[in-house]
Amino acid sequence: MSRRTIIPFGPQHPVLPEPIHLDLVMEDEKVVEAIPSIGFVHRGLEKLVEKKDFIEYIYVAERICGICSFMHGMGYSQAIEQIMNIEVPERAVFLRTIWAEFSRLHSHLLWLGLLADAFGFENLFMNCWRVREKILDIIEETTGGRVIFGSCKVGGVRKDIDPVTLKRIDKLLAELEKEIKDISNVFMNEYTVKRRLVGVGVLSKEDAHVLGAVGPMMRASGIAQDMRNLGYGAYSKLEFEPITRTNGDSYDRCAVRIDELFQSISLIRQAVDKIPEGPVDVKVTGNPDGEYFARLEQPRGEVVYYIKGNGTKFLDRVRVRTPTFANVPALLKLLQGCDFADVPILILTIDPCISCTER
Amino acid sequence: MFAFNVTKRIFINLFTRPATLMYPVVKREFTRNTRGKIEMNIEGCVFCGICQKKCPTKAISVNRADQKWEIERLKCVTCGYCVEACPKKCLSMSNEYCEPAVSKDKEVFANARVLDNATNS
Ligand code: SF4
Ligand code: SF4
Repeated sequence: MSRRTIIPFGPQHPVLPEPIHLDLVMEDEKVVEAIPSIGFVHRGLEKLVEKKDFIEYIYVAERICGICSFMHGMGYSQAIEQIMNIEVPERAVFLRTIWAEFSRLHSHLLWLGLLADAFGFENLFMNCWRVREKILDIIEETTGGRVIFGSCKVGGVRKDIDPVTLKRIDKLLAELEKEIKDISNVFMNEYTVKRRLVGVGVLSKEDAHVLGAVGPMMRASGIAQDMRNLGYGAYSKLEFEPITRTNGDSYDRCAVRIDELFQSISLIRQAVDKIPEGPVDVKVTGNPDGEYFARLEQPRGEVVYYIKGNGTKFLDRVRVRTPTFANVPALLKLLQGCDFADVPILILTIDPCISCTER
Repeated sequence: MFAFNVTKRIFINLFTRPATLMYPVVKREFTRNTRGKIEMNIEGCVFCGICQKKCPTKAISVNRADQKWEIERLKCVTCGYCVEACPKKCLSMSNEYCEPAVSKDKEVFANARVLDNATNS
């Protein structure tokens, strides 16, 4: 048996947007085991619920993550609305869905860019982010923020999208679709890209199930589970199928995300077509008393919001199970037996969002 | 295939405008909805303190006795809750970002009706 060495990876590393530390136990060039340690960006946001009332906490919830900020706010509001039996107006539900899908678009494009960056394809990285910029612009125009949308609130949404802008969104989607097709062509067919992705980090269907992987990670391994099928938001009125692949390698995880880009575009189109007229929020009176689990599909997978209220304006408990947290065991499994040079790519293919994980 | 894609991209990049703005020459235009700096119209303020209570980051402090309204710009996260909450509608949100700051100062607005005009900032 060859000698084992430990190589520390992170918390600061060029591929990591956020700090996570892994001790890689190596045998020659192969990784035998990976020991993670997290906790570098713990901010105590769940504890903060004791200091902020439940209306104010939405600003905190939105800031749990910088990429899926809107969906955190949406999950939180959905849970509170369920506890308090608030009927959210149809139009608000559709607007939330539109913004949620826009955040999925920009999150996946960001990820594609980072992936290209991780295997050293700088040009592709910039092309991905150039397309993403257009999405951020339309998000800014409709919600007021580029990263933190701030448009979701308990009882509805804060901003409305006027019909002219909705038409523009429709036009923009056609443009985006074309550009994303160009990019996806490179990701899916280019020899250099394939060399780095095909067959790297295979997660079998059984492992994905046993280790509790979520989101594109799980769907790339062939499990067709998508929380949007629960029909929250406006998803029950829109048509879509969960996207799955069967090989479970890095290439398939990339393919699932690319297909989800087109899926999101189609979902936004349908939502823009079907959006009803009407008010966008209702007045919230009283305090939440009770508990609820809200489950949403974020770009990275399923997020669970557990909320317990006690009849006062301060909640008892907010617990967030974020998708990256669920994907870390699967990542450790992937890392066993991989080449050292593939470690950055494997870490990226779970689309890690460490700030979410540590809250 | 690869060579074809590369050539195509090169030509597109050569003949299209850059995706970024040439900053000092071309200024970025903010959209109508962009959440930016909090503007205060101190004339209308009754110093009720609601905005102070609602602000999630405690950026605002209101002093009723001295008729002073202060905001710490670096703490403000431009959420807009104070604007929604103000009963007098004297707060508003401009669509331009706040200027960069070098120190954690409080910007003080004092009511001109009571105090000398010189203390207004
Ligand atoms: S809520 Fe409005 S009126 Fe009341 S103190 Fe704040 S700015 Fe003044
Ligand atoms: S915008 Fe938000 S953070 Fe800024 S002062 Fe108003 S309430 Fe406070």
